[in-house]
Amino acid sequence: MHLVTRALFTLMLAVSVHTSASAATAQVAVAANFAEPIKAIAAVLEKTTGHTIRITLGSTGKLYAQIKNGAPFDVLLAADATTPHKLEQEGLAQPGSRFTYATGKLVLWSAQAGRVDDKGQVLTAANLGKVAYANPKVAPYGAATVQAIDKLGLTSALTPKLVQGESIGQAFTFAATGNADVGFVAMSQVLDGGRLKSGSMWVVPQALYSPIEQDAVLMQKSASNEAAQALMKLLKSPNTKDLIRSYGYDL
Amino acid sequence: MLLTDADLQAIALTLQTATLTTAILLLVGTPVAWWLARTRSRLKAPVAALVSLPFVLPPSVLGFYLLVGMGPHGPVGQFTQAMGWGVLPFTFSGLVVSSVFYSLPFMVQPIQNAFEAMGTRPLEVAATLRASPLDTFFSVVLPLCRPGFVTGAIMTFAHTVGEFGVVLMVGGNIPGVTRMVSVQIYDHVETAEYADAHRLAAVMLVFAFAVLLALQAYNQRLQARQRGTP
Repeated sequence: MHLVTRALFTLMLAVSVHTSASAATAQVAVAANFAEPIKAIAAVLEKTTGHTIRITLGSTGKLYAQIKNGAPFDVLLAADATTPHKLEQEGLAQPGSRFTYATGKLVLWSAQAGRVDDKGQVLTAANLGKVAYANPKVAPYGAATVQAIDKLGLTSALTPKLVQGESIGQAFTFAATGNADVGFVAMSQVLDGGRLKSGSMWVVPQALYSPIEQDAVLMQKSASNEAAQALMKLLKSPNTKDLIRSYGYDL
Repeated sequence: MLLTDADLQAIALTLQTATLTTAILLLVGTPVAWWLARTRSRLKAPVAALVSLPFVLPPSVLGFYLLVGMGPHGPVGQFTQAMGWGVLPFTFSGLVVSSVFYSLPFMVQPIQNAFEAMGTRPLEVAATLRASPLDTFFSVVLPLCRPGFVTGAIMTFAHTVGEFGVVLMVGGNIPGVTRMVSVQIYDHVETAEYADAHRLAAVMLVFAFAVLLALQAYNQRLQARQRGTP
């Protein structure tokens, strides 16, 4: 028994020494559309550097409000460029740390195969049910949806059918459970390894909404956080960019 | 107080939802409370536990089950579609149905307690006087158990007004249909409209305090009256 105790003790010591020597932890606020890629990236980060990140998902607007009220995030991966820019100007983010890690694509998606055609004509179908989208006040994908619907001239026709998720994550849930007939979601939510996971989708033409440039930014107080720095670096690496592209983002 | 039209709309919707939920639960909750107070069935414990679940479950669990259950592939959704009513999420009816589940124990427990405190003696007396069960209920049970009904109704109403998590999950945030006050405040906060959030939050705070104060006053008066009569 002594032997076992000693072995365990040695092991714990080894682990703790290893931890304190190299591994750091960062708290990362991530826009909901990037939920899948960030999991994969976090795994790579931990494997290659030993650093871990703790992920908080939400709409960009909500994460911004949390940061303004003192949330302990080290990095923000937003779904737009405006929010990180604003944080920079307000002195909350490290100047010069901001860069675009992905450009998002808006898709119209249904959980039902064959429901959404490749021209989006389902939007004018007589039997169209509820249409899910993200709250445009806090979610950039929601704002893009409002633009696209407006450009299509469908605002008054679709307004009575719109149901709002508090983030793009909830908008996806509404469509995935079939409660909404179709949903305006992020392409990254419906792709896996570059292929549509299930259902049917229409990639909303880029001309219908302003590009969803997604910027990352390091918080001012976290300039010396090793895990946060490592994550920022990893996001710029060619391998990570390939990974991000496989979820349907442009880069 | 400068509330926006959207705020007033949310308040009106919230009051409608709470009123309807309270009315439905008075009708549905009373027989359940009666059965729980009177039965010797082995099912009493499981049913009582089932009714009390909303006390303990996080709104996210309830919201998730309601979303899936009332959705087009869920059992409730299949039923409502077969009846030609469509599916319930994102509708006012769906909001009320969710509230009924969510507030069930707040209605049932006070009434059940009142029934239990009353005992069987008044019913036996009424029966020997040849009162019909319905007559007994309205002229004996209801007056004797009024405090239970009042408490149940007030708690149900107030609890429904305070509903948030479930509405957020099955409502879809539609103005005038499912955007209740709690969600409206959440929206204000999320978009950093703190002045608007403050105004509406203050309304809720005053409302909640007034309701609880009224309930306390009612109970105190009741106790004083009970002490007064030998």
